[in-house]
Amino acid sequence: MKTFLLYVLVMLAILLGAYLYRVLRGPTIFDRVLGLNGISTKAIILLIVIGVYFERVDMFIDISTGYALLNLVGALAVAKYLEKKGVP
Amino acid sequence: MNILSIIFIVAGLFFMIVSAVGVIRLPDVFSRSHAVSLTDSLGAFLMLVGIAFHEGLGTNMFKILVVLALLYILNPVIAHATVRAALRSGLKPWQKENS
Repeated sequence: MKTFLLYVLVMLAILLGAYLYRVLRGPTIFDRVLGLNGISTKAIILLIVIGVYFERVDMFIDISTGYALLNLVGALAVAKYLEKKGVP
Repeated sequence: MNILSIIFIVAGLFFMIVSAVGVIRLPDVFSRSHAVSLTDSLGAFLMLVGIAFHEGLGTNMFKILVVLALLYILNPVIAHATVRAALRSGLKPWQKENS
């Protein structure tokens, strides 16, 4: 089971590269916001899998909950600001 | 129990790979938001359910289900806010060019 979890971690880390590509060269700024949203979803699951791998799930789940809430606040602030202001 | 959790985690990984391919390949913001929001939510659901099966009954399983519910509330809210901002700031949806 530990080897399988290690393979899952490596696969998730490779998948982060696709979203990073979209963040770096999205044509509009909304592409970048969507890419950051995908990266944060991957990071939440990555944290929980790391917790299972090190057998400290009770600590890592709290970190991932805080990460999810911070991601909500940041993404909503950017979206509301751009909606009022228009495309730069 | 171990086999069940491995099956769920592999299915979740498959949907996440589909989502990453969609984020690279699709043509504009409105179609990419499907890949980020819908497919990613299903992948996260399958993966967290697999990890909850692996943990077994207890406090950790309950916490993982709370994170899952949080993800299911937050992910569509963010996608909807971003797409609405894109539509209201005057971005046109992508169309096939010679039709």
